[in-house]
Amino acid sequence: MTRVSMKVDGVEYEDDVEPRTLLVHHLRESLGKVGTVVGCDTSNCGACTVLMTDPEGRKQGIKSCSVLAVQADGREITTIEGLAGPDRTLHPVQRAFHEAHGLQCGFCTPGMIMAAVDLLTENPDPTEAEIREGLEGNLCRCTGYQNIVRAVREASAEIRSAGGDAEPAPPSPRAGEAQTPDSGLPRQDVPDETIPQPVP
Amino acid sequence: MTVTEVGSARRRKEDARLITGRTTWTENVTLPGMLHLAILRSPMAHARISSIDVSPALATKGVVEAFSGRDVADVQGALPCAWPVTEDMVLPDRPPIAVDEVKFMGEAVAVVAARSRAAALDALAAIEVDYEPLPAVLDMEAALADGADLVHADKGTNRGYTWVFDSGEAGTGGDAAAALDDAEVVIRRRYVQQRLIPAFMEPRSVVVDPTGDVYSIWSATQIPHILRFLLAAVTGTPEHKVRVIAPDVGGGFGGKLQVTPEELIAFVAAKRLGRPVKYTESRSESLVSAHHGRDVIQDVELAARRDGTVTGLRVKLMANMGAYMGLVGPGVPILGAFMYNAIYKFPAYRFECSGVFTNTTITDAYRGAGRPEATYAIERLMDELATELGLDPMEVRRRNWIKADEFPFTTVCGLQYDSGDYDKATDKAMELFGYDELRKEQEARRAEGDTVHLGIGISTYTEMCGLAPSRVLGALRYGAGGWETASVRMLPTGKVEVVTGTSPHGQGHETAWSQIVADQLGVPFEDVEVLHGDTRTSYKGLDTYGSRSLAVGGIALYNACQKVLDKAKPIAAHMLECDPADLEFAEGRFRVRGNPDGGRTLADCALAVFAAHDLPDGIEPTLDADAVYDPVNFSFPHGTHLCATEVDTETGRVSIRKYVAVDDIGRVINPLIVEGQVHGGIAQGIAQALFEEAVYDEDGNLMTGTLVDYTLPTAADLPSFVTDRTESPAPDHPLGTKGVGEAGTIASTPAVVNAIVDALRPMGVNDIAMPCTPERVWRAVQGGAA
Repeated sequence: MTRVSMKVDGVEYEDDVEPRTLLVHHLRESLGKVGTVVGCDTSNCGACTVLMTDPEGRKQGIKSCSVLAVQADGREITTIEGLAGPDRTLHPVQRAFHEAHGLQCGFCTPGMIMAAVDLLTENPDPTEAEIREGLEGNLCRCTGYQNIVRAVREASAEIRSAGGDAEPAPPSPRAGEAQTPDSGLPRQDVPDETIPQPVP
Repeated sequence: MTVTEVGSARRRKEDARLITGRTTWTENVTLPGMLHLAILRSPMAHARISSIDVSPALATKGVVEAFSGRDVADVQGALPCAWPVTEDMVLPDRPPIAVDEVKFMGEAVAVVAARSRAAALDALAAIEVDYEPLPAVLDMEAALADGADLVHADKGTNRGYTWVFDSGEAGTGGDAAAALDDAEVVIRRRYVQQRLIPAFMEPRSVVVDPTGDVYSIWSATQIPHILRFLLAAVTGTPEHKVRVIAPDVGGGFGGKLQVTPEELIAFVAAKRLGRPVKYTESRSESLVSAHHGRDVIQDVELAARRDGTVTGLRVKLMANMGAYMGLVGPGVPILGAFMYNAIYKFPAYRFECSGVFTNTTITDAYRGAGRPEATYAIERLMDELATELGLDPMEVRRRNWIKADEFPFTTVCGLQYDSGDYDKATDKAMELFGYDELRKEQEARRAEGDTVHLGIGISTYTEMCGLAPSRVLGALRYGAGGWETASVRMLPTGKVEVVTGTSPHGQGHETAWSQIVADQLGVPFEDVEVLHGDTRTSYKGLDTYGSRSLAVGGIALYNACQKVLDKAKPIAAHMLECDPADLEFAEGRFRVRGNPDGGRTLADCALAVFAAHDLPDGIEPTLDADAVYDPVNFSFPHGTHLCATEVDTETGRVSIRKYVAVDDIGRVINPLIVEGQVHGGIAQGIAQALFEEAVYDEDGNLMTGTLVDYTLPTAADLPSFVTDRTESPAPDHPLGTKGVGEAGTIASTPAVVNAIVDALRPMGVNDIAMPCTPERVWRAVQGGAA
C-alpha cells in the first residue's frame, strides 16, 4: 500500500492505495466519485476523462484509466461532479450540452464534457474541424457527434462573449447544488433556424 | 385544446443528472457485503472441457467462492429463445456457464466471487482448465455442406431453420420464379452484411441482491420486464419474488435486448452465496460475449422490364446465428423479410432464409434488426438496375414506388403501409442536396480526369416499426405480445406521476412523455415525473426496442390521460353544480361551456378525490388510470437519404462531402430528440458502410476484441448531416407519430455504398464489400481498371 493525497473537486483526500490502482478506480471506488465512468480497457473511449493539474499546476484533460492513483499524488483533480460552481451555476460547457442536445444516453457525457472543457481552455475559438479533431479521443455511440460539436461551438461563443475562459472555477464541494431533485434546468426553446421544423 | 408542448424542442429533463455526474448506472450500485464477480471465458472457439479445477482460485486472497459450469449444472437454468421462427427450429440448450463443451470464444466457463473486483480478476488466473480442441465451424456455406463439422453434434445439422415466404403461395402476389423466367432484365447479386457489434458505451453490468424479501436485480438492460418474466421462467423462481431495475442505461441499440448469461450467472451466484453480487464486464469481454449483429449473406435476383418496371424479386439468405439461438436472434432476418420490397410496387416476391450455427458469438438485434439488411440489398439493386438500363437511379425508383394517393397500400408481403409521400420527401431531399448540380459536377470532373471521383448515392427507404400488433407477432411465432402500458397518477397537489412500460436508455422518454401529458392534462411540463425501468413501480410493460416506445407506449399514455379526464369530469361538474355534459376541458381547466370564467382545474379534482369528503354518489375516489395499447398496425416511416462522397482513386480514401436526410416519421413530439435520433442512426449506418467489422480468424478467434481493432467512428470521421422532414401522420392513432429510432441506420448504409460505387462506375466497379476501407476501395479501383 502507498499513501497518496490529492484534492478532488475541492476536497482533500488522503488514502492508502495499492500501487497498481488506476486513478479512475480510486476515484470511483475509494472516493465515491461515480460520476466518472469506465467505458473501455484500452484508453480509446475517453469516458473517464477528468482534469488534473500538471507539475506546474495547470489543469489538463487526462484519461483517468491511463493514470495510476499514485501518479496523482499531490495533484488537484476536477471531475464532472465538481465542474459546476456553487449557487447552482453550471459550467458553460455543461449548459451547452443540455441546450444543444449534445447527449442521449449520457454515458460518454462526463468524459466528453471534461474533454471539451480542456479543448476550449487550449483553444477558445475552435473551428468545427478543430473540435472534431480535438474530441477524437472520446467516443460517443448515440449522437453522431453533430450536436456535441454544436454544443462546443455554443459554449465557446458564450465563454468568449462573457470575456472569460473555459477553465472551471476552483472546484467547490458545493458544486452538487447545481443539480438537486427539484432544481430543474433552465428552459429555453431552440431557435427556429437550428432545428428543422415540421412541414405544415 | 391548445397544443403547446407537443412539437416543441423541449430540452431534456434527463440531462440534469447526466451532465452533472449524478447518474445511477448499474455499476454505481454498491450494497453492504457485496461481492464482485469475475468470469473466466473460453479462449477457444470449440473445445471439450476435459477437466476444470476452480479450487486453486478459492485459495487466492479475498476470494469467497469459485464455481464452474459443472458445479451449477442443475441450478443455472438455460438461456431463453423467445422466437422459434419455425415449428421444427433446432434449439440447442444454452447454459449460462459452459458445462462440457465451449462453442465460441468468450463463452463463460467459471466464475469467481471475491471481496474486490481486482481480487476476483486475479483469481481467474489460478483456475485450471484443460481443453480438448474440436473443429471450429466458421463459414456458413461450409457449415451447410454435407459432412460438415457440427457446432452441436447431437443436433446432426448446422441448419437451425429455413423460413420461407412466397407471395404466390401466400396469395399476396405473383410467382417470383415465373417473373424471373419471363424477365427482360435480371440483376443477380450477392451482398454480404458483415458482422457488427452494437458497442453501446456503457458496458453491461448486473447487481443481484438476495437479502431482502425479493431478489432485486439491477441490470444495464433494455428489457427489465421481459428479463423478470424470463428469469423467473428459466430458473423456476416465483415471478413475484423477482424485482428487476434498469436504472440509467447507457445505450443499447438492440445490444441490450437480451437475457444474458451474465445476468443468470450473477443470479445463481447471489443465490448460492446469500449475499449481494456485482458483475461488470470489461470492454474486451463485451466485444466478445455480448451479442453481435448482422452477418448475413444475401443472394438476390431482381426481374424487370426494360422500361425499369420491376416484375419480381427473389431473396435467399444465410443468416449466421452464432453458436446458439439468441433471445430474438432467429427472428431478426424475418423482420427483414417483409422489407425487401421496400417502397416499391413489386408484383411477385419470394424470400427464403436459413439460420446457420457457427462457433461464434451469437447474433441478435442490432439497430434496425433485419430491415437495414433488406434496405441495403434492394437499394443497391435499384442502382444496378438503373446502370443496366442506362437510367438515372432516382428515375428507376420513381417508376416503381407507391404514389401518395395509393395509401393505404397493401404490399406483396401482405403488409398495409399506413401513409407516406415518397415524391415529396425525395423532392425536398434533392433540392437540399443540389442533386442536379452535383450530377453536372460529377460529369465535368470525370471529363477532366480528376483522380478524386465524386459519387452520388441514393437511399429511398421505408421500414416497419412500432413493434407490434400482438396478433401479427403470434402469427410469426414470437413468444410475446406487442402491446404497451401507461399509468397516470394524479397526486393531491396536482402533480402527476406517469408510469411507463417502456425502458429508455438514451431516447428521452422522460421529456417526451411529459410533453404528451402536459398537453393532454393541461399541467406544466415540470409537474410531470416519468417513472420507468423498475418492475416494482412499472410492473407491466414490454420495454424499448424496434422503434416502439412512442408509437405504442405513447398511445397508451395518451389513452390513460383521456381516462383521467373522464374520471375528473363528473367530479368537476359536482363541484360546479352543473351537468358533466355542459363542461369542456381546456388548458387544464373544466369550464361550463360558453363561460370562460371560473371552472375547476384538474388539480382541484385531484385534491377533491384525495379528501373525498364530497363526491358524487358511487364515484370511486381516484383519478388514476391505466391503459394498455395494442397497435392495430406497424408504423411505416420513410424518407430519402442522399450522400455525396469524394473517392480518392489513388489512395482509396472515401470522405463524405454532403449528407442529406429527409425523413417522414409522422407527427413529431420533440424535434430536438428526433434530430438526435436521426444523427445517431445515420452515424451507425455510415459506420457499417465505412468502418466497422467484427472479424474472426480461421480458428475462431475474434480479431476485433478491443476498441483499438473494432473501429467505432470518432467525431473526426464523420461529417455534419443536413436533416429535414416531411410529415405524413400515422392514421391509426390520435398522436399520428411513427418510430424514428432505427430509421437513420436503415437508410444510410446503402446511401454511402451507392455513392462510392457510383463514383467508381466509370472504372468498371459495380460493388465493394463493406466496410469500404481505403484498402478495399483501392483494390476495387485496381481490379476495375485492369
